Amino acid sequence: MSEAAATSVTPAEGVTGLVDDWTADKQAYHVPWGKAMMWIFLVSDTFIFTCFLVGYLNVRMTTTDPWPPQSEIFALSFGGAPIPLILIAIMTFVLITSSGTMALAVNYGYRRDKFRTVLFILLTALFGATFVGMQAFEWTKLIVDEAVRPWSNPFGAPQFGSVFFMVTGFHGLHVSAGVIYLLWVARRIWAGYYDKKGFEIVEIAGLYWHFVDLVWVFIFAFFYLL
Amino acid sequence: MASSDTAGQQHPLGIYYKIWILLFVVSAASYAVDYFDVQGAMRWTLVIVFMLVKAGFIVAIFMHAFWERMALVLTILGPPGVLLLLIAFMAVEGDYTSGTRYDYMGHDPNVVALTPEEWHASLESHGKEETATEGEAAAEHEAVTEH
Repeated sequence: MSEAAATSVTPAEGVTGLVDDWTADKQAYHVPWGKAMMWIFLVSDTFIFTCFLVGYLNVRMTTTDPWPPQSEIFALSFGGAPIPLILIAIMTFVLITSSGTMALAVNYGYRRDKFRTVLFILLTALFGATFVGMQAFEWTKLIVDEAVRPWSNPFGAPQFGSVFFMVTGFHGLHVSAGVIYLLWVARRIWAGYYDKKGFEIVEIAGLYWHFVDLVWVFIFAFFYLL
Repeated sequence: MASSDTAGQQHPLGIYYKIWILLFVVSAASYAVDYFDVQGAMRWTLVIVFMLVKAGFIVAIFMHAFWERMALVLTILGPPGVLLLLIAFMAVEGDYTSGTRYDYMGHDPNVVALTPEEWHASLESHGKEETATEGEAAAEHEAVTEH
């Protein structure tokens, strides 16, 4: 890469490395620029999701109506008695599975195994699309069967609907955008676009995908479990 | 801790499989907290510990933050760290707001929310199951929270 010419000596580690990286007249991040930019985008996205979750914390604390019972509302019956929160648990496992296949895709990318890289990216996109499909089912059930609206619901605090549609909607939008992004990257890899440039793109796309999984970890804990 | 160089983040496959299995186990554990209906301080402790373990392993291993140089790691983790202050401020403010609402606006802190079963049952007893519009849903909600 380009920095190989600029730095002929191996950069120092730890605190000395930190000071060197920030005080010398040179680039601060020893990673491809695309990766640094993706990380900075993800940091800004962290702020957006944190604003949503802090807003949720505030309305949840201040509402004087009882908070609707998530465990029962998101229960699903497969013929027998309803199993609490089962759909959300399955969605969580689907997203973790997709994170695993993405990690493998990144690894095969660095090994320049083009076939396996594309295969695992497509698998990841498939799991992502499955997640969005299950979310569409969940939204339909809540809107049609349980009469949950952004401004009211039959069970308790009306803020439940606002938080639910905004937070899961924004996350679902991220997953949908991620699926499109992954398909686009897979197509370009298959077309040979990165054969000379290197396969850093797989890691950059992977960072975005793992971030989407990371956000779901927090939504699962704060919105569905607590 | 090896430094990431221009060769990129290449690690043995084994570590990904191990973390993958670990994430499955921890997710199953946090679902078990709900399934076995653990309540109170124990629920909060378990859910938040499992959440932090999962988040930590995703960022450290899957997103390779563990192997990145300190300049990049601090750029990633530093600014979000400030958000802990926002969370603390809003929690203090929320506590004050809810306190004044209960103290001066006559709300009953002991009202219990309806479950979907109770709501559907109440609709059937009123014989209007098929016409559950938002207006009626809201009226139903009022009726239950008032008494």
